Amino acid sequence: MSATQPEQSTATAAQGASPLFPFVLQLADTSLILAHRLSEWCGHGPVLEQDLALANISLDLLGEARSYYQYAAELEGKGRTEDDLAYLRSAVEYRNPLLVEQPNGDFAHTIVRQFLFDNFHYQLLKGLKDGPDARLASIAEKSLKEAAYHLKWSSEWIIRLGDGTDESRKRLDKAIATLWRFAGELTTPTATESQLQELGLVPDYVALWPAIQAHTAHVLAEATVPEPPAPVAQLGGKTGRHSEHLGYLLAELQYLQRTYPGLTW
Amino acid sequence: MNQQEWPLWEVFIRSKQGLDHKHVGSLHAADAAMAMQNARDVYTRRLEGVSIWVVESKHIHASNPDEAAEFFDPAADKVYRHPTFYDVPDSIKHM
Repeated sequence: MSATQPEQSTATAAQGASPLFPFVLQLADTSLILAHRLSEWCGHGPVLEQDLALANISLDLLGEARSYYQYAAELEGKGRTEDDLAYLRSAVEYRNPLLVEQPNGDFAHTIVRQFLFDNFHYQLLKGLKDGPDARLASIAEKSLKEAAYHLKWSSEWIIRLGDGTDESRKRLDKAIATLWRFAGELTTPTATESQLQELGLVPDYVALWPAIQAHTAHVLAEATVPEPPAPVAQLGGKTGRHSEHLGYLLAELQYLQRTYPGLTW
Repeated sequence: MNQQEWPLWEVFIRSKQGLDHKHVGSLHAADAAMAMQNARDVYTRRLEGVSIWVVESKHIHASNPDEAAEFFDPAADKVYRHPTFYDVPDSIKHM
C-alpha cells in the first residue's frame, strides 16, 4: 500500500492552478463514474426495492460529484464549468480509479464493487471532514451521512450473498475473484496525492487502512467468506490509464453534450 | 434459505416527532433488517419520516369484511356514547 504510483506529470500538473485541483477532480470523476454505473441498473434491479436503493445511491454520488466539479472549476480558474469538466474531457483525462469504471456484471459484482468503494469512501470522507480545506470539509461532512448508509447497505448484501444460497455464494466468490485486485488502487497514492498528503491537505491513506481492513474482516467473517489473499493491485485509473470500459461509458455519458454542444434542458 | 419469494411487510412512518406512525404501504424483504433498509429506500426518499416501523404482513389480523354489519353498524345509533351532552367550560381549550 505504500508504493507510489508513477504519473504522467504533464497531464495532471495544471499550470497555475491550486495544488488541490487534480485531487478534487479525481474525487469528482470517481463519484460521477460510479454514479453512472449504478444508474445503468435503473429499471433492471433484481427487485423493485433494490432498484430504488441503487438509484438512490447513484443520485447521492452524482450530487457529491457535482459539488466536487464546481469546486474544481473554481480551483482551476480558467472559466471551465462543472459541465465542461464532466462532459468535455476524454477518457485519458479522467482520473477515477479503475474499480469504479468496471462493468456492473451481475448483482454480486455490483455489490462487491460498491463495498470496496464504500469502505474506502467512508474513511476518506471522515478524514477530509476534519481536514484543513474548509470547502472539502463541508462537502465531506454532507456526503459522510450518505456514505455511511451506502456502506451499511453494501456490507449487508455481502453478508447476505455470502451466507445465503449456494447460487448467491458462487456469484459472490466469482465477483470477489474478479474485483478484489482493484481495491489497492484506492489506497495507493499517486505522486499528486503524496504531495498533498505531505502538505496535510489529504488524509494519509496508511492511517485509513486499519479501519478499512477491520471492517472488511468483520463483514467477510459474517458472510462466512474467507479473506482473499491480497492480490497485486491493478493501478492506472488515477493517472489516466484506464480500461477499455471507460471509453464506452463516457461515449454514453457525454453523447448529448458532444453532439449538441451547450444543450440545456 | 429457500427459493420462494420474500415475505410481505407493512411499513409505518412517523412523519415528525409527536405524531403517530401511519401506514404508508408494503414491500418485500427477506427479514426485518432488510425490510427496514428497503422501507428507508422506498418510502423516505423525500423526507417523509423520522421513524419507521415494519411488521410482517402475516402478523396483522384484519376484521372480516363479511362481518362488517354486526361489527360496526350497531354503533351508528348510540349517540349517547359520544361525550357531547354536557357543556365544556370556556377555559378548556382544544376539545
